[in-house]
Amino acid sequence: MNTGNPANRSPLLHGLLMLYVVLAYLFVFAPILASFVFSFNSDRFPSIPLGQFSTEWYRAVAADPLVWEGLRNTLLVGVVVALISTALGFGAAYTDYRYSFLGKQVYLALALLPPTIPVVIMGLAMLAFLSRVNLSGDALAVIIAHVVICAPFAMAVIRLRLSQMDPSLEQAAWNLGASEWAAMRHVIIPFCRPAILGALFVTMAVSFDEFAIAWFVSGLNETLPVKVLGFLQGQVSPRINAIGTFVFVTSMMLLILAQLLLGHGPASRKE
Amino acid sequence: MRRRISAYGLTFSLPLLIWQLLFFVFPLVFLIALSFWTVRNFRMQPDFDTVNWTTMYGRAIFWQAYGTTLALATAAAALTSVLAFPCAYAIAFKLPNGARRWAIMLMVIPFFTSYLVRIYSWQVFLSDAGIINVMLGWIGLGPYGLLNTMGATLLGYVTLALPLVVLLQLFSLIFLDRTLIEAAHNMRCGRLRTVFAVVIPSARVGLVIAALFAFILSFGDFVSPIYLGGGDPTTLSILITDTTKSGQQWPRAAVIALTMIVTLMVVAFLSVRFAYRGRK
Repeated sequence: MNTGNPANRSPLLHGLLMLYVVLAYLFVFAPILASFVFSFNSDRFPSIPLGQFSTEWYRAVAADPLVWEGLRNTLLVGVVVALISTALGFGAAYTDYRYSFLGKQVYLALALLPPTIPVVIMGLAMLAFLSRVNLSGDALAVIIAHVVICAPFAMAVIRLRLSQMDPSLEQAAWNLGASEWAAMRHVIIPFCRPAILGALFVTMAVSFDEFAIAWFVSGLNETLPVKVLGFLQGQVSPRINAIGTFVFVTSMMLLILAQLLLGHGPASRKE
Repeated sequence: MRRRISAYGLTFSLPLLIWQLLFFVFPLVFLIALSFWTVRNFRMQPDFDTVNWTTMYGRAIFWQAYGTTLALATAAAALTSVLAFPCAYAIAFKLPNGARRWAIMLMVIPFFTSYLVRIYSWQVFLSDAGIINVMLGWIGLGPYGLLNTMGATLLGYVTLALPLVVLLQLFSLIFLDRTLIEAAHNMRCGRLRTVFAVVIPSARVGLVIAALFAFILSFGDFVSPIYLGGGDPTTLSILITDTTKSGQQWPRAAVIALTMIVTLMVVAFLSVRFAYRGRK
């Protein structure tokens, strides 16, 4: 693609803009990189110059039974949330792809709006509502709340994939005598498989990092991010860096998996 | 396309609808009812009493928090937009396709890193013996009290919103009609003037929506104002967490939450109207 009119290009301006981009990315990644570096640093109050290389924060974290419990809760919640939100998201994406009906705008708003509501408000509303039906303080409460904010991500990912599909594919299956269900099973789902897997990983990653709503509704069943919030409230501790690096690496692996599946899925060239 | 209502179609459409009605719409509506409930002897009971509204609205701290939150979120939206724009502009117009894809992918990574961890990391940078003050010390300056300031709160907000704002601006710029820019250049419109007279007005919808998201994110965030701003001056989000977590004053927290929702709706409505003003 043409990147600007060559007659109108100034090397100095171009260089300055590029420098600015680099600085912006440095700003975005500085806290992430610092947390990675300091997770291996022996000092209790991290700063420069760096102390010695040490894995003591990882050992401290690994020796904390509450962290393990948090991790177990996080994984449990994450997996269940990913399955439910992807199923719901798939249904909504397919609905949007195939049907038009009165009130579709409202349907889509319900399907996509939840992540734009501030998490403190969602947290309070969820806590108040779930405690009325005796569900708060339970891992189930976190699952319910997380599906609300994760399903829109699943829907967006799968809807994007469906928009690459030729609608005549499904119709061809019908014409060849397939029932709607058979066409769903043999045409739509195989076509969407990479996006479905991608949605599973993306929603899991979102759930892994969500702390605010989980903090409101989880009670004693804290997930790992809620535990991190606890560390932040208590004494400042480099353990946060160790957990953060661990969670970051996990999330990145999920994301890379999702990317690979979305980019090079077996169905991606079947147009 | 078949359009009749069938069991098949409903199997796919209904689950999400039911889930979001039950666990998204209903809890939010329930907040309205809750705001009229009363608390006696640390127990909430259904009621229809405006006491929570009059109590909260009668408190100076509430209005001070409201003003602070509104001002900080507006400042964050403006600051983030201004900081993001040159970056989005350069990625959209100056990078070759391959590099642009990389740039976009890198900007997505922050969404999957813990915001809490990043805020803690900024504490390490900003504290009195932190990285920035040590570096300033090398050239004989400081130390400055950087942490627990409004500037630090804003830094947290920008950290939260910048990646999203860059991406949204970027998408509105990528899909811009490039012949407009070339036409401007051909008519000897200067570079800076092209940006302000052609690029920004054409991409206005995307730019305003991006700023709106920065506002929404900052308006509701309680982590940055507590852990970077030191909780003083207090914001509405801090007020909600405090009111909810300490004591059973959920009805009062509901009043704050509803006030925030209405404010957000008004801001969103005004922004969208501004974004589309003069368009068909």
